Amino acid sequence: MTKLALPERILMNIDKPARYIGNEVNIVKKDLSNIDLRIAMCFPDVYEIGMSYLGLQILYDMFNKREDTYCERVFSPWPDLDKIMREEDIKLFTLETQSPIMDMDMLGITIQYEMCYTNILQILDLSGMPLYAKERTKGMPIVIGGGPCTVNPEPIADFFDLFYLGEGETSYDELLELIKVYKSTDMDKEAFLKQASKVPGIYVPSMYIVDYNQDGTVKEITTKYDDIPKTIKRQVVTDFSQVTYPLAPVVPYIKATQDRVVLEIMRGCIRGCRFCQAGMIYRPTRQKDVEMLKNYARAMLDNTGYEEISLSSLSSSDYESLDELLTYLISLRDEDHVNVSLPSLRIDAFSLDVMSKVQDIKKSSLTFAAEAGTQRLRNVINKGITEEDILNGSREAFIGGWDKVKLYFMLGLPTETDKDLLGIAELAEKISEVYFDVVPKEKRNGRVMINASASYFVPKPFTPFQWAPMILPDEFTRRAYYVKDSFMQQKNKKSLKFTYHDAYISILEGVLARGDRRLSKTIYDVYKKGAIFDAWTEYFDMDRYKDTFAENNVDIEFYTARERETTEVLPWDHLDAGVSKNFLIKEWEKAKNETVTPNCRMNCAGCGSAVYGGGVCFEAKN
Amino acid sequence: MKLRIKYTKTGVLRFIGHLDIMRLFQKAIRRAKLDVAYSKGFSPHQIISFAAPMPLGMTSEGEYFDGDFVSVTSTEDMMNRLNDTMPEGVKVLDIVELEEGAKPSMSVVSASDYYIYKNDECTNDYLQQLIDSLADFMTQEKIEIMKKTKSKEEMSDIKPGIYKLENKDDGIYMLLASGSVLNLKPELVIEALCKYSGLVYNRYDYMVHRLETYMGERNNLQSLITAGKRF
Ligand code: SF4
Repeated sequence: MTKLALPERILMNIDKPARYIGNEVNIVKKDLSNIDLRIAMCFPDVYEIGMSYLGLQILYDMFNKREDTYCERVFSPWPDLDKIMREEDIKLFTLETQSPIMDMDMLGITIQYEMCYTNILQILDLSGMPLYAKERTKGMPIVIGGGPCTVNPEPIADFFDLFYLGEGETSYDELLELIKVYKSTDMDKEAFLKQASKVPGIYVPSMYIVDYNQDGTVKEITTKYDDIPKTIKRQVVTDFSQVTYPLAPVVPYIKATQDRVVLEIMRGCIRGCRFCQAGMIYRPTRQKDVEMLKNYARAMLDNTGYEEISLSSLSSSDYESLDELLTYLISLRDEDHVNVSLPSLRIDAFSLDVMSKVQDIKKSSLTFAAEAGTQRLRNVINKGITEEDILNGSREAFIGGWDKVKLYFMLGLPTETDKDLLGIAELAEKISEVYFDVVPKEKRNGRVMINASASYFVPKPFTPFQWAPMILPDEFTRRAYYVKDSFMQQKNKKSLKFTYHDAYISILEGVLARGDRRLSKTIYDVYKKGAIFDAWTEYFDMDRYKDTFAENNVDIEFYTARERETTEVLPWDHLDAGVSKNFLIKEWEKAKNETVTPNCRMNCAGCGSAVYGGGVCFEAKN
Repeated sequence: MKLRIKYTKTGVLRFIGHLDIMRLFQKAIRRAKLDVAYSKGFSPHQIISFAAPMPLGMTSEGEYFDGDFVSVTSTEDMMNRLNDTMPEGVKVLDIVELEEGAKPSMSVVSASDYYIYKNDECTNDYLQQLIDSLADFMTQEKIEIMKKTKSKEEMSDIKPGIYKLENKDDGIYMLLASGSVLNLKPELVIEALCKYSGLVYNRYDYMVHRLETYMGERNNLQSLITAGKRF
């Protein structure tokens, strides 16, 4: 039995010690004497969040398929343990063998959201390694970042040796072989980094030099040596039916956020909503074969013992064999008591039928991601849903017995006016009117509830809105109040509810999302002042950030509120996410002209992702 | 069919809480493809219930749960299937079929016995001192200790709950009342012992291991497994 890294006295004194003991069902155990390469895969947040993330399980499974490699897991110690580890100088360890992170050859960190940046420093720090990559020497783990934030990892570039751009399933082997050579020969770190920068999809930030203009914008990005690639292309799996998938994922003891089998059915999205980074950077859309998915579902349920299954994709209604797959899953429910947790679906007769089979209508609600209050603004953001879609969907659902509706909006979208804000309340009102229209008095039990919520729009790199300004927090608050007031003026106001998210976390997200390398210093400083778990409102302290930005002469609004010219060199211009800059510029123009772009299946918009040679770009041609 | 399942919880799994052990079994039963019965409704759940909650940090070789099964094979087959899918630390020791009308384990538990010992994880070194004080300790008429419940703290006499308290090998053996009528946690006894010897109580100085869970009268205790027969 594994000897635990933490003693009894500590484990019995912290919340949920099960986060740190490993030993879960389906973990991989290996004999270290046969292993050439040791990897720790890290999700820099608490165990329950990290274990719910599919990508980590995919890479864990994939790395461990290599005989010479042992991949283990590590997550952020919760603040209670963090404090003890610092006081007692206990080094961070992997879950499987409870070994120090410093014993690893590679530390892979998946970066899913900007708010985990300080947690990355916590991981490096608790491991006992220097935070800045340039201070880490040969013999220390190579620190590599992956995940969506790597399309602009500049604010954390100084802390990483490498970034992996794109989908990990494609070209990790080449890098791992190189690390083996680096480890077993006298190759020095610089030579290794130089070599690594030639591996497709590997971005070595130290090989690129950024110069700035007087006004603070980027002047140019050059390479340190002549033979370093000028741009790094995001890696994409083209043959999606052959891609590796973990059929026996590790099952946590404690309840993870995703306490169920998660089946990825499709990657990418055909819709092209202009605010959505995922919809742009995971192009082209690729679907998995439905027979394969049925087998996967069965195998994963059998191997884990989960009682529930959910589907993962950006827009499940666009998966072409959805009917067949859901029908199969519902048959499992009847035979084998498997709960089916539905993704959000376009509301129509089929989805309502499916929903009524797997959920208690009285307890569940319909969801519409309307995102904006008027058709004009929905055209600007290229959100294909119309008021008619929403009202018709609601009507059918109300007739079917539903009486709760959730609506999602964003405030601060480019070109938004008070008219669009008013539109949010009016849309909610219209939905409630449909209810009173179609549901006779005697059938109304309780009251119809329309819950609208709004988040703060944050422009993201590699979207057509990457040049757009973000509104200031005071303006966000004003708009939120305006919407709230308009809700109060509706006839059915008692059936309507409006809530909005906290502004400050979004501001920070806005700075970091489109930030440049100069922000590394602020992140370093704010971490040194004690910032960790910024994604958790109870630990997030905006004032601490504001002070630290000020000390570093960082102007928040330079990053958030400024509209960029399309000619400006962007901090991520040396990275290539697949969609071309030309396409993004065109889309930005079309947005301003309130013109929509049809989805990939209707009409290819020539976004540039066809170069990958797979997915939806070729579906029609097959 | 109602079955009673006896299992161990040892090693690092002592850090898994009671509810999570239940979840572990729910999943294991599915992996083992045992034909457990489910409740009706939109989110059906397995009809199983655990005998006695087990605090974090304690190990045991005498834990139980009861389950309703639609069909069964044999004790041996079901045990093997469960054990094949269990993580290190949980092992099914026995499965019996309960007699018609047998009361659920939760309601019949009346006592448990424990072994208190020291291992290298433990920090303190005064267990021997406690062992030496056992005889004197039990001569007290009342053994009063502050008992904390959710709502209040009060002094209570724990002596009626101590059925046996003696030295065994290098540790302490205790048989204590357990269940809904009278319940005494082993930690409280150690705490009282520490107090008696003027020592500061610290939970992490000892390992607590449950040996068996019993039902029946104090003078006629029987293991919970005796309520049914192997099949
Ligand atoms: S190339 Fe065309 S079909 Fe392919 S992802 Fe881009 S817009 Fe869609």
